[in-house]
Amino acid sequence: MDEKSLDEIIAQYASPSGRILGILREIQIQERHVPMDTLKLLSEKIEIPLSQLYSLVTFYSFFSLQRVGEHLITVCMGTPCHVKGAVKNLKVLQECLGISGESQDGKYLQTTPDNKFTVEIARCFGACSMAPVLQVDGDLYGYVIPEKIPEILEKYGWKR
Amino acid sequence: MIIRSQADLESIRKRGLTKIQPNHPRIGIGVSSCGIAVGGMALYHRMQEIIQNNSHDILVVKSGCIGYCKEEPLVSVYIPGKSQILLHKVSIDDAERIISLACKGDIPQDLALCRIPDWDHITGNLVYGDGFESVPDYGEIPFFSHQKKVILRDCGLINPEDIDEYIGIGGYFAAFKALTSIPPDTIIEEVKKSGLRGRGGAGFPAGLKWEITKKAPGSEKFIVCNADEGDPGAYMNRNEMESDPHMLLEGMLIGAYGMDVHEGLIYIRAEYPLAIKRLTLALDQARAYGLLGKNILNSGFDFDIQIATGAGAFVCGESTALVASIEGKTGRPRLRPPRLTEKGVFGRPTDLNNVETWCNVPVIIGKGAAWYSAIGTKGNTGTKVFSLVGKVDNVGMVEVPLGTSLQTIIYDIGNGGALGKGVKAVQTGGPSGGCIPQRLFDTPVDFENLNKVGTMMGSGGLVVMDEDTNMVDIARYFINFASSESCGKCVPCREGLKHMLLILNRIIAGKGTQNDIKLLQELSDTVQKTSLCGLGQTAPNPVLTTLKYFIEEYDQLITPEGR
Repeated sequence: MDEKSLDEIIAQYASPSGRILGILREIQIQERHVPMDTLKLLSEKIEIPLSQLYSLVTFYSFFSLQRVGEHLITVCMGTPCHVKGAVKNLKVLQECLGISGESQDGKYLQTTPDNKFTVEIARCFGACSMAPVLQVDGDLYGYVIPEKIPEILEKYGWKR
Repeated sequence: MIIRSQADLESIRKRGLTKIQPNHPRIGIGVSSCGIAVGGMALYHRMQEIIQNNSHDILVVKSGCIGYCKEEPLVSVYIPGKSQILLHKVSIDDAERIISLACKGDIPQDLALCRIPDWDHITGNLVYGDGFESVPDYGEIPFFSHQKKVILRDCGLINPEDIDEYIGIGGYFAAFKALTSIPPDTIIEEVKKSGLRGRGGAGFPAGLKWEITKKAPGSEKFIVCNADEGDPGAYMNRNEMESDPHMLLEGMLIGAYGMDVHEGLIYIRAEYPLAIKRLTLALDQARAYGLLGKNILNSGFDFDIQIATGAGAFVCGESTALVASIEGKTGRPRLRPPRLTEKGVFGRPTDLNNVETWCNVPVIIGKGAAWYSAIGTKGNTGTKVFSLVGKVDNVGMVEVPLGTSLQTIIYDIGNGGALGKGVKAVQTGGPSGGCIPQRLFDTPVDFENLNKVGTMMGSGGLVVMDEDTNMVDIARYFINFASSESCGKCVPCREGLKHMLLILNRIIAGKGTQNDIKLLQELSDTVQKTSLCGLGQTAPNPVLTTLKYFIEEYDQLITPEGR
């Protein structure tokens, strides 16, 4: 992120309440991750130690230090999704995309080698009436069954 | 325009009413997050396109969600002088037909779910008219007839992106009455008398919390709305904010006036982008009318609200972690006392209430504490909104008086298990709650009775489990959730939950022993008694309730060698 864009984001947050997380949220949305050099620049600009900003980015699941793929798929793992087959859906996604099921400290984030898709899990979107749900680049898909997954992926350029 | 007098407010009310009941047809499309996901927004754009291309004299507006999620996308059609009609499962291909029929004063009968001859918005009553008698009345639909809509009174019927419509059905009149004619202490008295208890889960008396905040020393204080709805399976608050955001703002305004606080914050989770967008818009509209800012309604009272966003941490729903998050720190709870009312955001006295708690305030002030406390039962007054989800036939947003039985909610409203399967249990209270077996479904849903059966109210998610659901897997699911979301500050929660998870994994893999079940029980007890915050203290509940009510499912997984 260039310095001007960062300055613009910082300027939107004048009040201290919710300021730091708000700025990081904007960076995450615009860049689809929080680049380390942006974090360093931010630390100088708002005079908050880099260690503190780093602790925030690693504590909160909304942020990611790793660059994510072209399309971000988020699988909801809320209770209604769980009882209606979210685990199976995630497995099918992993198989289709050829990514590993390995998670770290309960967090799951895997990107395909061609950097086209990243799959992550979420605790709950609050779209429980359509469980199981998943999201691709912010678009919600409800009532997802394993058979529907290839169809959804194809919309984003995946080939069987 | 700045509203300075009752006449000003009245003139906007009239304008708002003509938007809800114009002298030409009005079509409302349900576009909350789930409505959009099933095609609501595409339908909205298609309809806008049709009426513009043909210069039809029809108003097409966005509306929120009436809660019957199973039947979405839902569309309301109002033909002047006739009953408002709700259409269900509308597809984009129906757009043309709906509009051409509306032009002729008609509706597509095959898509009609029910008719609404009149509607009690509580803040005002709207009469639509008769007609379309062959369509069932709203009160004849079982999903609706057992509900009592107080919080959801406007949801799905007004345009959440237009403040005029909220004022049109009597919104902000309670705030006007409060700020211009009721002394602040009387507001607090009234909320105390109403018996309103915190809807975030703990059920602390709201009026008492307000009084404590007001009496706390210092002049700079905060009121905060907790919109970090993190319980999986709960989405009441999302719908309240997406469908009727001004109800929340009005509640906060009245509360701020009662407590004499001038700064408000809404802490909202990052997973709710549409709610953030609608609240931001609502705040701008309220400021433009002078309902927030300086000298509100010419009363001399100043108040404004800011949004603070979360970033995906379940623990931030805990009050002290929430405050840390607002301050830009990692969300790790601290010991209480001091409570937030003493030392909250940036060390200042802070009153924290859940979205739905605030949403109750306008009707309490508008209709009076006596009116409000007549709903529900003694000690548990008012209604509660639940998200009825999981393996139930009628999934959706349900509002009932406190004290209503689970039986009524799951069978009368929910129509029992989905796909005709038998219901085994219901899970309430998210990761802090427990699973209630079907034989206890006569339990009235209120704060005390849910505690008695080993679970808790929580924020209002009711996840139905059927005969296919494995209860040990559910226990593992929740312990995995709580363990992953543990902030890591205290040992019992960080390490205890981790080991509970390992034991559950072992049992599910068929490698468990009777001793493991005993150990699980003991660990649950330790985590419950020694964790630092409420999340750790309640995390073992899903294990304890499944051990209590479904022990046979654990036993089945223990092989003969393990006995």
